[in-house]
Amino acid sequence: MLDLSLIWAGIIALGVFIYVMLDGFDLGIGILFPFFPDEAERDVMMNTVAPVWDGNETWLVLGGAGLFAAFPVVYSAVLSALYLPLILMLVGLIFRGVAFEIRAKATRTRHWWDLAFIAGSGSATFFQGVALGAYIQGIPVLNREFAGGGFDWLSPFSLFTGLGLLVTYAVLGCGWLIIKTEGELQRKMFALMRPLTALLLLMIALVSLWTPLVDPAIARRWFSLPNLFYLLPVPVAVALCVRGIFRAVSRRQEKAPYFLALAIAALGYVGFLISIWPHLVPPSVTIWQAAAPRSSQAFALVGALIIIPIILVYTALGYWVFRGKVRAGDGGYH
Amino acid sequence: MPVLSALELARIQFAFTVSFHIVFPALSIGLASFIAVLEGLWLKTGRQVYLDLCRFWSRVFAVGFGMGVVSGVVMSYQFGTNWSAFSNFAGSVTGPLLTYEVLTAFFLEAGFLGIMLFGWDKVGRRGHFAATVMVAVGTLISTFWILASNSWMQTPAGYAIVDNRIVPTDWFAVIFNPSFPYRLLHMSLSAFIATSLLVAGTAGWHLLKGRRDQAIKTSFSMALGMLLVLAPLQAVIGDAHGLNTLKHQPAKIAAMEGLWETEKGGTSLNLFGIPDMEAEQTRYAVSIPHLGSLILTHSWDGEIQGLKSFAPEDRPNSLVVFWSFRVMVGLGVLMILLAAVSLALRKGGRLYETSWFQRCTVLMSPTGFIALLAGWVTTEAGRQPWVVYGLLRTADAASPVSRQQVGVSLMIFVVVYFLVFGTGIYYLLKLLHKGPGADEHTPAGEREPIGATVTYSGRRPLSGADDRIESEQQGGADHA
Ligand code: HDD
Ligand code: HEM
Ligand code: HEM
Repeated sequence: MLDLSLIWAGIIALGVFIYVMLDGFDLGIGILFPFFPDEAERDVMMNTVAPVWDGNETWLVLGGAGLFAAFPVVYSAVLSALYLPLILMLVGLIFRGVAFEIRAKATRTRHWWDLAFIAGSGSATFFQGVALGAYIQGIPVLNREFAGGGFDWLSPFSLFTGLGLLVTYAVLGCGWLIIKTEGELQRKMFALMRPLTALLLLMIALVSLWTPLVDPAIARRWFSLPNLFYLLPVPVAVALCVRGIFRAVSRRQEKAPYFLALAIAALGYVGFLISIWPHLVPPSVTIWQAAAPRSSQAFALVGALIIIPIILVYTALGYWVFRGKVRAGDGGYH
Repeated sequence: MPVLSALELARIQFAFTVSFHIVFPALSIGLASFIAVLEGLWLKTGRQVYLDLCRFWSRVFAVGFGMGVVSGVVMSYQFGTNWSAFSNFAGSVTGPLLTYEVLTAFFLEAGFLGIMLFGWDKVGRRGHFAATVMVAVGTLISTFWILASNSWMQTPAGYAIVDNRIVPTDWFAVIFNPSFPYRLLHMSLSAFIATSLLVAGTAGWHLLKGRRDQAIKTSFSMALGMLLVLAPLQAVIGDAHGLNTLKHQPAKIAAMEGLWETEKGGTSLNLFGIPDMEAEQTRYAVSIPHLGSLILTHSWDGEIQGLKSFAPEDRPNSLVVFWSFRVMVGLGVLMILLAAVSLALRKGGRLYETSWFQRCTVLMSPTGFIALLAGWVTTEAGRQPWVVYGLLRTADAASPVSRQQVGVSLMIFVVVYFLVFGTGIYYLLKLLHKGPGADEHTPAGEREPIGATVTYSGRRPLSGADDRIESEQQGGADHA
């Protein structure tokens, strides 16, 4: 028999990564907004994602729905454990989503919508990071229900992962804008890329040192002997990517910074998966313990396997249709 | 002031957020199809007026859709945050259905929305039309799945209970559960009706202000034509829906009708009354003998169970559903009347020149949304005290979160929704106030759809003359 739980865990893990890849730069643009007060530049920045932001966010919905379908226990325990940070993330998404539609139509209140976009993107990202940190720290589950307190999620570590995610998305956004802009705006993005990357490296180093302290099981996994050799390439690869970004920036290569930044995010993500494996709710519930009935997993899997490839094709088509540079005054808002 | 429990707060939160949400999807569902039809007509006839209308309603659509998406994302997380016991119990059914909705509908809409709104000069006309159709189809697929989910919660089928959890055994029976076909048709029509009324009211308002250009006349005529077909159809479907509900949820029907006793030899219909849950009677009832049997069983002496035949803890709140049901049906009747009058005026050739009628359309323009909300309140409150009918009580469905958490988040939602969606609706109304065709004459100083105007003139089928003049010359001749 096929291990449907494992396949579903893989699909959800992939979906979450695609989410980070796509919505990461999307949210990152909002995080970078404060550095670019000029309205014309802001128009360009926003227009680089206007046709795709909705699709990007849909991967987040897929993550939630996939959990709901294949691992209802995880969906219910994790979401009630992370109640407030998730609500605050959703509120952030409301502000920035509506800002997309209204900012261009507003005249007098335009600066308010700029603020909504900044604060919305920032808080959505921050609380996503907080939720991530709280999840790594572990969520107590008893009888399929969350068994902790309302503020368990709040800790120095989770606040710090919130900051870490802000920097990560800012780097992705900066890389994306290097690809999509030109001239003066692109020059500013190139200039911003290096300090942001350095900051990201610092964040990664701190989180990597801190995580094993939070959870001894993770420490054992990373620092026991044979493992250490297998896992050593991860930090080395991160260092290589950082060097690559610095080089690409000085050579004015347009595509490399974004994709190298994405590679760093992917490495961090792999590290995270290694740390929690084989749990779906660390520290106690494994992938198999959380499984929905087989008939549910199988039914949803048929759809997922057929439809996700199709989605990838037309998502790529959408990006292809809107390929190329975005200039001031063109591709204006509907 | 009574202190609300975590459960009550969670219920208020769900009702509040979903009621806000559903208004926008209803608009999106109706407008997406309307826009696709307009674009198709433009491709076929090449007439500028269809393109004008298509562009105009697309802008309205964009704002409504955006708000639908963000309020919907909140919904998809709420089952876990607030209703984790429900998710544990029934997630094996509602989870896969929601997953299918995401896979087949949300991605489709989102993937082609960009092309529909911004792709006018990136893809050819046919390509653009295909994108618009995809978005429209996506909204309907979305309706399909979410209503399968909701209907299953009302009339569960195709499952077994193992280890205190639902295990789906027959997915076909789960999806096509007994109330699904009725609910799907009834809700889809509500979306189209609500949109027709909004379009008609907008056009009526511009007619009142003296505009007589082709775009306005065409909107008015198309919307009222739609209503003429859909409003009566909705009553027929609603009637069948009621018969079906009587079979599966008799307590809901008894509550909707304010019936306490099981009358022998024919049930009367309460036209008016104030059901009193404590006293177990409907005060000030104005009733017509046998009418209840006639409507609900299609026979002279059909029997309908009264509320007293259900245990008190199994009764829905009759006061709420009695009145929400009457609001819905009352407005439905008014809509049929409006459509009938429009037919008479059209026959007499006075459709665009009757100002009292135009005023009526403006007054009626929000009633589609009001009826839709009233309908949902009837359905949802009428199934209480159950979340999954007969299987899981609402009281057992909530998350183990504290009253403070739910209360604080509810407060945040109320403030944010009124602020954000309030301004969103304000901009929607502003767009409607401007009306179709206005963007072409936007003064250069105002930042409005720059790209749109450029593309527009680059691709227009009938080049040259100013639209306004053009459409005036065409007159209303071809719209009988
Ligand atoms: C897939 C599930 C689903 C769907 C599509 C809807 N509902 Fe619902 N509704 C529920 C699932 C649900 C629920 C989770 O089952 C609730 C929460 C608490 C409860 O008793 O039922 C509920 C409660 C609930 C209540 C409170 C009733 C009460 O507590 O007495 C209202 C007013 C609505 N809903 C209104 C709506 C509206 C306007 C909808 C239109 C979109 C809607 N519902 C769709
Ligand atoms: C309580 C149950 C509901 C949940 C959990 C829910 C969930 C969602 C989500 C997550 C989205 C955003 C999708 C995106 O990212 O593009 C959305 C939008 C949408 N929903 Fe809902 N929804 C609910 C009720 C309904 C109902 C009852 C209908 C229709 C009958 C409906 C129709 C739609 C449509 C058509 C959209 C597309 C966006 C729009 O039209 O504005 N939803 N919903
Ligand atoms: C005019 C005659 C109408 C009749 C006889 C009728 C009948 C019904 C009944 C019996 C229900 C409850 C079914 C249940 O919960 O099991 C219902 C629900 C509902 N009604 Fe109506 N209705 C009418 C008109 C309308 C109109 C005009 C609208 C909106 C434009 C509307 C929108 C809804 C909605 C959204 C629901 C909840 C979803 C559903 O159960 O389908 N109805 N209707």
